[in-house]
Amino acid sequence: MASAPLVLAPTDFILCVVCVLLTPLAATGLAIINTGFARTRSAAHSIVSAFCLMAVAVLAYFIVGFAIQGFAGGPAHSFVLRGHAWNWIGAEHVFMRKLPLDGSAVALIACLQAFSVAVAAMIPLGSGAERWRFGASCASTALLAGFVYPLFANWVWGGGWLAQLGVVAKVGNGAIDAGGAGVIQAVGGVSALAVAWVLGPRRGKFDLSGMPGAIPGHNLVFVILGCMIAFVGWLGLDSAGAILFAGVSASRIIMVALNNAVAASTALITAFIVTGVRFGKPDASITANAFIMGLVAVSGACAFVSPAAAAAIGLVAGVVIPFSVEWVDRLGVDDASGAISVHGLGGIWGVLAVALFVHNSPGQWLAQVAMVATLLGFVLPVSYGLNVLLDRVYRQRVSREGERRGMDMAELGANAYPELTPLTTDYLYR
Amino acid sequence: MKLVGFLLLVAGFAIVFSAFTLLAAVRAQSIFVLAGTVVELIGLGMVFRAQHLAPPAEER
Repeated sequence: MASAPLVLAPTDFILCVVCVLLTPLAATGLAIINTGFARTRSAAHSIVSAFCLMAVAVLAYFIVGFAIQGFAGGPAHSFVLRGHAWNWIGAEHVFMRKLPLDGSAVALIACLQAFSVAVAAMIPLGSGAERWRFGASCASTALLAGFVYPLFANWVWGGGWLAQLGVVAKVGNGAIDAGGAGVIQAVGGVSALAVAWVLGPRRGKFDLSGMPGAIPGHNLVFVILGCMIAFVGWLGLDSAGAILFAGVSASRIIMVALNNAVAASTALITAFIVTGVRFGKPDASITANAFIMGLVAVSGACAFVSPAAAAAIGLVAGVVIPFSVEWVDRLGVDDASGAISVHGLGGIWGVLAVALFVHNSPGQWLAQVAMVATLLGFVLPVSYGLNVLLDRVYRQRVSREGERRGMDMAELGANAYPELTPLTTDYLYR
Repeated sequence: MKLVGFLLLVAGFAIVFSAFTLLAAVRAQSIFVLAGTVVELIGLGMVFRAQHLAPPAEER
């Protein structure tokens, strides 16, 4: 894939700035979705955690993340094999020192990535809901935003070895991921799986025979509202990513926006029908998840495919999501918000969809499969290992009593809905 | 079983990485990439199975 242009045309720059500034809405939407999927006794904890994790993610990325990620064409550490230099980590300065924060593409990349890493941080929070201690989630997010995410982003977007596959190994155009289906969503989804494994399921999720039960969220309105807000953020995220990481002109924003709308809508309607046929009535929470999975899946190819191809990508997402959520449950993983299916599986599908639907040079599928293999064979073990180590130092799961009382009381000392949860006898006599 | 699963995941990645950095022929690269991915899928299955059989977190 072409490297990001280091100088943008004035019009492209202005449009890209607008898109970058929309990106935080994606994280906001996911935070609201996570809160809606939590029970009343953990709702305040969920939204406060989201707020703080955004801050932790941005700071970790600012301090060390950007130095690791770097940018295409920038300084990087490399190793030489068979006469070729392979970049494996960025060599920028910590604290973003000496970064020209002007009208350059590099400044926009730094800004977009600081927002994108906050989006990625929201994903594990969804799967670890109602049992993930506040301090542990902050520490885990710092590791994700300060090391795991930037390293993988360097490999795909920062001129690293996956991006170099096209030039050095003559494998297609190298890994392509315009809007972050792999870099943002799948990395977040894989980390969510690692977090869910380390934390274990919520009490009451599985019966003694290991059969999963449903624990419905407390506010479906929040979930749907979060989807709508996230959609606006996604338009900015995918458009800015396409300009900065795929090297397309700003005129392609219309195509990106249309593809996002078509893919998400197709996924939503498909899931609505599939769940309606399967359960007798449509399942609203799965339908909402399908909408987000449609956005996730089309992110990788958003700047290169026709709306018809985007519809096909969304169709697959809409068919897969109802079964995927069930499979994850049956595999013994408690994924409170469906983040592993939506972002993990959706992101991987988005990466592979590039190979299927984009008219690429021969061998592109190899680069896309290599990206998926890196997600499963590198990001997942590293993320799991870091979270296990963290768990040894600072227990990540809340105590049994804390889980019973709810995360709001256990960690914050105040409920989101105090009138719904009388926890002391004093309350009864007032 | 969980450790073996994770080792297979890493081994699969190493096979895929080696395919591009050490091999030149596209056919050989394709075979290695597919083989590495299959190894990873087996590893992922083993980790899922091991995790499913593990005691609940509160009993650790």
